[in-house]
Amino acid sequence: MTAIILRRFLQAIPVLFIVVTLTFLLVRAAPGNPFSTEKKIPPEIMEQLEKQYDLHGSIWHQYLQYMGKVVRGDLSISTQYRNRTVAEIIRQALPVSMTLGAVAYFLALTFGVTFGAWAAIRHNRAGDRLIMLWALLGISIPSFILAPVLVMLFAIWLDVLPVAGWGSPDQIILPAICLSIPFAATIARLTRGSLLEVLQLDFVRTARAKGLSEDAVLFRHALKVAILPIIGYSGPAAAGILTGSIVIETLFGIPGIGPFFVNSALNRDPFMTSGVVLVFSSFLILFNLIADILYFVVDRRVKLE
Amino acid sequence: MKTAHLFYRVVRRDPFLVACGLFLILVVLVSFVGIHFTGYTYDQISDDSLLRPSRAHWFGTDVNGHDLLTRTLYGAQISLFVAATGTLVSLTVGVTYGMISGYAGGRVDNLMMRIVEIIYSLPTLVLVIVIVTSLDDPMTTFLKSTGEWCTGLGLPGLAGFFTGINPRLLLIVGFLGLTEWLTMARIIRGQVLVLKEQPFVQASFALGQSHFQILWRHLLPNLLGIVIVYLTLTIPAIMLDESFMSFLGVGLQPPLASWGTLISDAAFLINPIRLYWWMLIFPGGLMTLTLLALNFLGDGLRDALDPRVKK
Repeated sequence: MTAIILRRFLQAIPVLFIVVTLTFLLVRAAPGNPFSTEKKIPPEIMEQLEKQYDLHGSIWHQYLQYMGKVVRGDLSISTQYRNRTVAEIIRQALPVSMTLGAVAYFLALTFGVTFGAWAAIRHNRAGDRLIMLWALLGISIPSFILAPVLVMLFAIWLDVLPVAGWGSPDQIILPAICLSIPFAATIARLTRGSLLEVLQLDFVRTARAKGLSEDAVLFRHALKVAILPIIGYSGPAAAGILTGSIVIETLFGIPGIGPFFVNSALNRDPFMTSGVVLVFSSFLILFNLIADILYFVVDRRVKLE
Repeated sequence: MKTAHLFYRVVRRDPFLVACGLFLILVVLVSFVGIHFTGYTYDQISDDSLLRPSRAHWFGTDVNGHDLLTRTLYGAQISLFVAATGTLVSLTVGVTYGMISGYAGGRVDNLMMRIVEIIYSLPTLVLVIVIVTSLDDPMTTFLKSTGEWCTGLGLPGLAGFFTGINPRLLLIVGFLGLTEWLTMARIIRGQVLVLKEQPFVQASFALGQSHFQILWRHLLPNLLGIVIVYLTLTIPAIMLDESFMSFLGVGLQPPLASWGTLISDAAFLINPIRLYWWMLIFPGGLMTLTLLALNFLGDGLRDALDPRVKK
């Protein structure tokens, strides 16, 4: 297994290489300049700026300069947030995004599995129908509609939660809920479907025949097997939470990576954009690998490739 | 036809799906036809900014005094157009890719599916944002010069076509279509793997039909049902992606407006002193209902048509 994990790590390197190359070249090859502002900058100063940031010469020269730094672990200096290195900005913003993402992930898993299992044991009864209706609504309503509605409701009208910001524990509640809802809904549907299938299997009948209580059958036997598709979904869910957090952070004024990324893409900051893409991609590849390993650990019938 | 028959059965069994379908048809009709009867145009600015819903403005007005009903319907046109055309791109790529992968089998299949897995593990929407913001200017220049080139050739009609295309719209449709085909490709490949072992495929091969003929004439018709199911589920996905980008300001630019830009206008106006709820509730509500109807329809069709879903 160690060899397989190692191979997957090695496979990730060319993928990350391609993604960063693509991002850097796209941002640099496009017309427009990261230093252009409202004010006209004299050409001598522009030249000096470009030299300082290693953005002079041919695009290939710039690319090689940048890649040389990246390999040495230096993500260069942001052209948009002057005087700050990309690594510094990411170091500051990543923990914020990670906290928000982790809380949302936890909420999605807890509520998703609970409601999904609850719906499955009430198969085709009113409770099941109602939960599935809510789940479909949760999948359909975009977070950037839900978030302002909840802000109007809880932060402005009822005035029980803060409108925006970051720092105190109550400021994480609304954003985390908004971010988690579509994934909680998907997980609920997956859990229900999978549990319904598992409850038909022979080993569940055996467990019941042995005289185990219905709770024990559900929690100690059936759910353990039914959880498999949710592990399979954890990769796509992480990707969704990652992109979803860009919107949520922008909306709630949270100093995570999302707003930095949007601004850097709009302002043609080649280093910040490439740096964020690199971090996002590495994170997702790593997360997918962990999910695959977990899948393998839980279900030994699966072959890890 | 078999598919038509299946549809009939679905419709009879679940009248709610019919309601969803009718609602979607209504949204399309009202946004493309009804918009001409609102009494306003989508780009008509007035001094009546931020008015509450009234008899004159059913959905109220926005900051620039646009009639919000007209804006919402115009946004619907754009959102529906992007979703539909983007889905066509994703359909073409997904079905072709999945069919080739499944039909070829072996190492080709392995490699092609490995590529799909790698793309799955990348933040594709983030990459689309980078691509669209970077290629915006080059695409504008390209369309302009192609237009001039066509005029030079004496083809004013074609020139008008090229200069009439909005470069942003084209990029968004193209690249969202190019990211949302993965699920479709996987499903199609799985089906082709099963279908190609069926006697009728072997028979046509024995009768001397080419691989292309087998794929096009025999396998594709058998995939129609499942293609339609995932088509219905791709439309809301692309609609959501586009509005997500437009919401962040990296999607469609004014004067174009989609549901995403309208909701963005509303969300960033939220403040504790005055609530402009109508700006959020009407476009947001219509968009949510549309997505809900599409998802219901897709789900219902999948339960009925997807052979992998157990009844």
